Amino acid sequence: MTETAAATATPGTPPALLAMRDLRVTYRTAEGRLAAVRGVDLVVHEGEVVGVAGESGCGKSTLVSTVLRLQPKNAKVEGEVEVLGDDIRAMRWGDLRALRWAGASIVFQGALHSLNPVHRVGRQIAEPIEVHEPGLGKAAVQRRVAELLEQVGLSEDRARSYPHQLSGGQKQRVMIAMALACRPRLIVADEPTTALDVMVQAQILDLLGALVHDLGVGLLIISHDLSVLSDVCDRVLVMYAGRVVETGTAQEVFTDPLHPYTAALSDAFPRIGDPAARYAPAGLAGDPPDPRELPAGCSFAPRCPRAVDRCTHAEPPLVEVAPGRPVACIRVGEP
Amino acid sequence: MSEGPLLEARGVTVEFVTRSGHAARALDGVDLSVPRSEVLAIVGESGSGKTTLARTLMGLERPTSGEVLFEGKPLDYSFRAMKAYRSRVQMVLQDAAGSLNPRQTVYESVAEGIRLHRRAASDEQGRTETELVSAALSEAGLRPPERLFLRYPHELSGGQKQRVLIAGALALRPELVLADEPVSSLDASIRGEILALLLKLRQDLGMGVVVVTHDLGLAWNIADRIAVMYLGRVVECGTTEEVLTAPRHPYTRALLSVVPEIEHLQPVVLRGEVPDPSRIPAGCRFHPRCPQLADGSAERAGIAEACHGVPLEILPATGEHRAACHLDGILSATGG
Repeated sequence: MTETAAATATPGTPPALLAMRDLRVTYRTAEGRLAAVRGVDLVVHEGEVVGVAGESGCGKSTLVSTVLRLQPKNAKVEGEVEVLGDDIRAMRWGDLRALRWAGASIVFQGALHSLNPVHRVGRQIAEPIEVHEPGLGKAAVQRRVAELLEQVGLSEDRARSYPHQLSGGQKQRVMIAMALACRPRLIVADEPTTALDVMVQAQILDLLGALVHDLGVGLLIISHDLSVLSDVCDRVLVMYAGRVVETGTAQEVFTDPLHPYTAALSDAFPRIGDPAARYAPAGLAGDPPDPRELPAGCSFAPRCPRAVDRCTHAEPPLVEVAPGRPVACIRVGEP
Repeated sequence: MSEGPLLEARGVTVEFVTRSGHAARALDGVDLSVPRSEVLAIVGESGSGKTTLARTLMGLERPTSGEVLFEGKPLDYSFRAMKAYRSRVQMVLQDAAGSLNPRQTVYESVAEGIRLHRRAASDEQGRTETELVSAALSEAGLRPPERLFLRYPHELSGGQKQRVLIAGALALRPELVLADEPVSSLDASIRGEILALLLKLRQDLGMGVVVVTHDLGLAWNIADRIAVMYLGRVVECGTTEEVLTAPRHPYTRALLSVVPEIEHLQPVVLRGEVPDPSRIPAGCRFHPRCPQLADGSAERAGIAEACHGVPLEILPATGEHRAACHLDGILSATGG
């Protein structure tokens, strides 16, 4: 599926920080092959925020792992992954190490448990700096740590805290400071606000938005919450069962979803004040499919309120149904 | 059946003594009433005391002062009375994956409560334990139930685990279910189904639901009434429509403004987090973070001093729309 508009850079735009073309990831498991990602095209430019929405098991975390070649050993990666113009798959180990943290960094899911509980957070932020800039003196590293903490809205004396002394939101800020430590040009945030309170979530999203704006980095955000993505992203890709089923600007995807799955995700978070949502929580029947036993045809068909017989014949291709709106559904536009 | 509310909290305070010897007031005077068959949402951030309130209503935490009343009678914390109480008021815990015993089958998990409360022996229709388990699973939307009997939690999806937990609670035919963040760990597409299930149980069985959540969209979806908590107190309460479409407390307004779906509101992102409950601010407990105090509107209304120094009264559980704010009433009276 290379017909997506998102994958081809329009002339005049700077080269992509991240470009995935027809990315496929298959895990070899004891129960057979498991296709986690099945042909994804994705581009992130400088100063751009791109979101990937989808539920557990849709392949979004696998997608993240391929950005810095962090996928497990039993994963087979096909297609292209380019970070800052270099092919990650062909990169030598030393170059890859240099790229991690300094070229691109990842804020992992579950930040609340990713920090080492027995080290002060300042130490943990300093570690990647020392590895990547071994010539830097101790005082200079400390200054940089203080700067980073300030950048994420924490006071510099927080460097002396242990993770358990911080709240969830503060820990997430520390994780973001670590991701910024080596001045990367691309940041990938996997579920950066999950498990945080609404107010803290808003604070973290504000922070990420401000960093993109001030530092001009590219940001890829993965989330199951379409409403969060619609708030901060320029473009959003919606994934289901390893494929992109819809792409568009964040506003378009959230307020005018074309794929029935996107529509269901969008409805799951009601507009407060909308009388139609009172006593009427919207949901989808059933669970996402087991990637080992994908249904025939469209993998969303068994849960789709609009599915007809034809849907089970073939996997619908991602087709541009409106300018900048590729959608993988044969029933778009049909009544 | 009594006329009054099913469950009530009157001036409930819960204090924990921290290691340093300070008393932390997780609840600092809460009045709340839950009529029969009502869906009440308790909303607030972490640290607002909402989970402590649910645990106190459940009898898992004893109030330091104040009391919890069930059908107008104060809770009796003796083992025997608690056991009887828990068959009428059940709790569904936050983390479905962590709440199920990984070594118990679905059948065993659901049957546990039935055995503990000897429900098979006392069933009016003479149903066996297996029939009761199967009925509870189908009511929770797990059909056909027999297929799941011998499954272990790791073989279930997140939505199925949550349904098994709900089935376990339902099997005892409770009059009220306390659900702590029932859908926060679930995927978006599953969430609606679980919420619809809670509403259906209310409709079919007359079961009341107290749902503890930080998710205002959820409250809009299912709640009849809302109590907004901040630092151990209810700061605003009323019907869902009143609280969410005409909020009167600056805290509620701030919470609403950061819900991503509401495009027309200018986001008011409060700085910092809920303060430490061992150091509750003087005057209005919200004043250090209050945007209306910060932007001078409290000053202009001439109440800034009160915000800093005069504590607010506990909101009575009258069912009316009320807010614990010095500005409340003033702004609306002057039309601003």
